Amino acid sequence: MNGMSPIVQTVARFVKVFILLYGIYLTLTGHLTPGGGFAGGVVIASLYILLTLAYGKKFSLKYFPRKLAGSLDSVGALIFLVVAVLGFYFGGIFFANFLQKNYPGAEFSLLSAGTIPINNIAICIKVASSLFLVFIIMAVARIIDKKDGSKDYKQDQEKE
Amino acid sequence: MIELLPLFIAIPLGGAFLITLTAWKLRRLADILGVCAGLPLLVLALLCIGKQGVYHVGAFLAPLGINLVLDGFSVLLLVIVNVIGFMALLYSISYMEQYTAKYKYYALFLLMVGGMNGVVLTGDMFNLFVFLEIASIASYALVAFGCEHEELEASFKYLVLGSIGSTFILLGVAVLYGLTGFLNMASIAQAVASMEKTWLLSFASVLFLVGFGIKAALVPFHPWLPDAHPSAPAPISAMLSGVLIKALGVYAITRVVFNVLGATPLFGIIIMVLGVLSMTIGVFLAVGQWDFKRLLAYHSISQMGYVVLGIGLGMFIIANNGPTLVAGMAIFGGIFHLANHAVFKSLLFLCSGSVEYQTGTRQLKSLGGLQEKMPVTGTTCTIASLSIAGIPPFNGFWSKLIIVIATVLAAFVFPGMLILTAITILVSFVTLISFLKVLRYVFLGELPSLFKQIKDSPFFMGISLVMLSLLCIGMGLLLIPGLRSVVFDPAVEALKQGLDYGKQILTGF
Amino acid sequence: MIFPLCFALFVVGLYCALTKRNVIKIVIGLAIMEYAVNLFLVLLGYKKGITLADAQAPIIEPVTNLDDFFMKAVDPLPQALVLTSIVIGLGVTALAIAICIRLYQRYGTFDISEMRRLKG
Repeated sequence: MNGMSPIVQTVARFVKVFILLYGIYLTLTGHLTPGGGFAGGVVIASLYILLTLAYGKKFSLKYFPRKLAGSLDSVGALIFLVVAVLGFYFGGIFFANFLQKNYPGAEFSLLSAGTIPINNIAICIKVASSLFLVFIIMAVARIIDKKDGSKDYKQDQEKE
Repeated sequence: MIELLPLFIAIPLGGAFLITLTAWKLRRLADILGVCAGLPLLVLALLCIGKQGVYHVGAFLAPLGINLVLDGFSVLLLVIVNVIGFMALLYSISYMEQYTAKYKYYALFLLMVGGMNGVVLTGDMFNLFVFLEIASIASYALVAFGCEHEELEASFKYLVLGSIGSTFILLGVAVLYGLTGFLNMASIAQAVASMEKTWLLSFASVLFLVGFGIKAALVPFHPWLPDAHPSAPAPISAMLSGVLIKALGVYAITRVVFNVLGATPLFGIIIMVLGVLSMTIGVFLAVGQWDFKRLLAYHSISQMGYVVLGIGLGMFIIANNGPTLVAGMAIFGGIFHLANHAVFKSLLFLCSGSVEYQTGTRQLKSLGGLQEKMPVTGTTCTIASLSIAGIPPFNGFWSKLIIVIATVLAAFVFPGMLILTAITILVSFVTLISFLKVLRYVFLGELPSLFKQIKDSPFFMGISLVMLSLLCIGMGLLLIPGLRSVVFDPAVEALKQGLDYGKQILTGF
Repeated sequence: MIFPLCFALFVVGLYCALTKRNVIKIVIGLAIMEYAVNLFLVLLGYKKGITLADAQAPIIEPVTNLDDFFMKAVDPLPQALVLTSIVIGLGVTALAIAICIRLYQRYGTFDISEMRRLKG
């Protein structure tokens, strides 16, 4: 895979910002509208996949190496877990929403759901990087010696 | 204690992610983190003995939120999972040196433990499915860990059958949700108790039976087990055979049938028949095996038959309003055998791992005379073999004895149960023959010249073998009434109360 | 009527997973089973007596008429379940495909009947 035709490359260059923004939008407003960390993460991962298809795997691995993706994968999950444990610490109960609800914003505003947006961001990081990891490992299976990369599929992404 | 329940899920998951994040360069760090995650789990599980309670995750109350339930049966499984898990972790420090990517092994191992703890603790049907899948996916990957021909083939077979089973379970959960409108086990139990029995309820129970039956490798659904269990690395075989089929299969099916759907006579009969089939077919297939680990795997099927037989007999008697004392005894025999089997089967698998680690083979015919070269492994393996064959005073004897007595007592009320007694004793004899073969070909006889140089297992492997064999000898003591009333009686009570489970969970203990 | 169709789809997937000899087709069969269950779960969310066209998305906004909402809105819980089950299905499929790639590297074929090292 060495990239596709200039038409695809140009379109991908124009579209990439919008896809990224849409993914971030879905993630950040996940507590208000349909969407959330998983959907946003999938959208962002699809951006990576689009860029890989358009520019080739060398390009995407240069900007987003496998080690980084693997680390972000774990970091996302750990953030999620830390938020849960902080709820234990501050609220006395695992997964307790220890930030004040409806603060600082009013109901139905962006900052109004306590820890849920943080969880959404963590899920987004995890889903985006692990989906990208799965794709890139399958795509370059013959080049890089792959070691069961797709195994760390943890479903705790969805415990919200 | 109850407020610490989520740690059973949080510690393994956190440990797994921390290992993948930090330990990919330093092999020792993975060892240290793995054991550091295993030890607190062990301590917490032992502290849980005798406790009961409900934990509402995120402070949402029962029918709305997910709750974790600690009752007698959960405690028993929790202790088994974490004790065996810790022993296997200790064992892997030395054993896994022969593989690359050790940190991935620890991460997957901890994920599996976390999934099993979740299955055992959760009080929510869908959450049960999620944890079951976490544990299953980790185990699929672990079976394929060596990445050789046999391992991949076994893992693929296991994956296909396992995910068919999971899909059946998910469909069952969906049907149950459509029928009752709840996902919480306690609420479902109350709804089921008050509604009339429709064919949809039976349909859901059949789906659960098939799904969990595949996970537990009961006989018509067993073909994945004899391939998957021997192919995994030895500590994983020990976890799979010792704990996974119990936590995902037997525990789940028992919990769902007793406490959620309610015991019926037909269901009791079906489960007993499955148990008897597993017992006999498993043991007769095992006798002819010449691969050490494969033989052990077939014995797992057979011994799970005992467990399922005991539980099924109890269910049958309860559903027919028979004497509850006998029912309690049958269930007690079943779950006591479950605990014993976890100990001796994981010990046997770890012994086979030690033999394979030192000699490089597990074909019985090319081994021999290892007792003088590997005294620790030989002695512990002998203890475990005598235990699984039901020789007094080891633990396997006591649980089999209780099951036999329960069948005899049941025969006073339901004639025809005597045939179960006969089968139980016959299977026990065949097991003895089969393990005499193992001892004769591996540890006695002549030492092949190839193995003149071998040494006994390394320190960490030896220590977990010795600790497990001490458990093998000591677990007979659990029959003493004082200990029994703390460890096993709450578990039997939790199962015997049937659909009243729901009332207790919703109103608090 | 529509629930039996879901179940038929489930059976089709089961048949595919159990009888096909190509490993990729087996994985596709598993996926079909998974989707049949997901479809079933989503359909469970509709309220009795409300047609598909009348049903509402379960989103409460400041302007929502709550009585109407409780009458017509779809049950959101099965949708969350489906989302989770899709993620799990994704994990299983990814692992299965990874194992298939490895199997192809070792055996040089996708035919399951030629992978017969394990016997007994």
